[in-house]
Amino acid sequence: MPYQVSVFAENRPGKIERITRVLAEKKINIRAITISDSGDYGIIKLLLDRPEDGCECLKSEGFAASLKEVAAVRLVDRPGGLHGVSRLLCESGVNVEDAYGFMLKSHEDAIFVFQVDNVERVEKILQENGIPIVRENELYLM
Amino acid sequence: MWNRELETISRKDLEALQTKKLKTAMEAAAKTTYYSGVFRENGIDPAKITTLDHLKDLPFATKNDLRLSYPDGMVAVPRSEIVRMHASSGTTGKSTVIFYTMNDINAWADLLARSMVATGTTRDDVFQNMMGYGLFTGGLGLHYGAERLGCMVIPSASGNSIRQIQLMQDFGTTVIHITPSYALHLVEEIRNRGIDPRGLKVKKAYLGAEPYSEATRDKIQDQWDMEAYNSYGLSELNGPGVAFDCAHRCGMHLWEDCYYMEVINPETGERLPEGEEGELVLTHLNREAMPMLRYRTRDLTRVIPEPCKCGRTHRRIERIKGRTDDMFIIGGVNVFPSQIETVLMDVPEVGNNYQIVLEREGGLDRIHIKVELRSEMFQGDLRDLDRLKKRIVEQLRSLIVVTARIELLEPGSLPPSTGKAVRVVDNRKI
Repeated sequence: MPYQVSVFAENRPGKIERITRVLAEKKINIRAITISDSGDYGIIKLLLDRPEDGCECLKSEGFAASLKEVAAVRLVDRPGGLHGVSRLLCESGVNVEDAYGFMLKSHEDAIFVFQVDNVERVEKILQENGIPIVRENELYLM
Repeated sequence: MWNRELETISRKDLEALQTKKLKTAMEAAAKTTYYSGVFRENGIDPAKITTLDHLKDLPFATKNDLRLSYPDGMVAVPRSEIVRMHASSGTTGKSTVIFYTMNDINAWADLLARSMVATGTTRDDVFQNMMGYGLFTGGLGLHYGAERLGCMVIPSASGNSIRQIQLMQDFGTTVIHITPSYALHLVEEIRNRGIDPRGLKVKKAYLGAEPYSEATRDKIQDQWDMEAYNSYGLSELNGPGVAFDCAHRCGMHLWEDCYYMEVINPETGERLPEGEEGELVLTHLNREAMPMLRYRTRDLTRVIPEPCKCGRTHRRIERIKGRTDDMFIIGGVNVFPSQIETVLMDVPEVGNNYQIVLEREGGLDRIHIKVELRSEMFQGDLRDLDRLKKRIVEQLRSLIVVTARIELLEPGSLPPSTGKAVRVVDNRKI
């Protein structure tokens, strides 16, 4: 299962700058970044090529950071591509807590990452229905 | 015990001793500008104050009286007899100065040696004194007491955590003297350096200089794996060593052979029945340089009348609940910072440091509480954080009736405490 790194951050200028500086210094690559905001503070979610290292070095810099399991699927980049997946999740009663996507260099495929309660179960549902899930090693190196 | 005869003296003999000492204290007081004025203005003949009960005819002395009689209006001996001065930290205003003769210093050191022995400390202990040295009484007070007892003293003073840790490790410190807020900060510093605080030889801490809650004591004991003893004193009455936990840690024995205590209603000044909570008023029974009669400490506590298991007959007082002057009123409700602290210390997701900010918005009082999220407890879920905030708000509301606004901060964003912590910031304009 792939992991994303979730970082607690107060809603103030300079927070993303500090986080990205720490990662840049350790030569950790950010595959995707998204922010969930709750007014005074938020959670910055990072998909990194080395999530364990990234999480550790953020923690040692004093951040509250943790690794969180996510599910990821590869989609063809065309209209309706995502709908196939979301319909399946809906029919299986899976609630998506948070999600984000990014394009691959080829411009043919896209990656859709989502946060759910039970990642293992969701991966199984996707596989049984022929939707290609992306394993951690593959995801980090794309 | 350090002085078995005095510490287990019968109540009757203790009262006789106090009465005898009171006579000397009155004579000394009459020599000061301040008290001679008080006696004259109130038509009091000090020679007629012969029983402890007569004391209630005397007006209280307050910190303001000390300030007004600056520098030596309360001094009873010639300058040549004075060997030391201390000044209060000025927590609540301008500083006040206290003078000591050699006998005063000796008697004070003796009370602290007595206090330390009551906690089980012996001359074989290594005592690291992490309190401020200098004008503050906390550092030098315990320093002299520990030397009197025969401990090896490490006078490390406050701050410089790296050096404190090094000293603890290199010299096998067994007993520390520390403020509660610094104890919580230092244990984090120790863990940040990859050292297990439970692996250190420290087995006891004397906690003083700030009011704090029982929950904080539990937290300190747990995180350090040691026993924490409450220490009580105030510079106006020497400094630490007025009252101290014994090994049973169920209230602090107030050394009644040196201090006569009363508990009063802080609003009316009336003496309260034994066991009721109120403001502690102390009379120093054997100070030469600076007699102090019926001093209003501003500290809130109650007397525990029941005898203690340790066999000492000196009555105990409960931990200081707060100060009559650090209480704040928010939306008409009286709140002590220690009440808020009790709630926060029971929430594992937040760190040891916190700050209370009072604001007035549109004529209404608002209370903001800043807490730091604990790195280890963060699970990466935004909803968990919102739930955590709600939980703290609810718990506070059930205790202090007001609705606080909780600000969750990143770990380490509040200023670390190395001495007396500033916990309450009142931005309200009156």
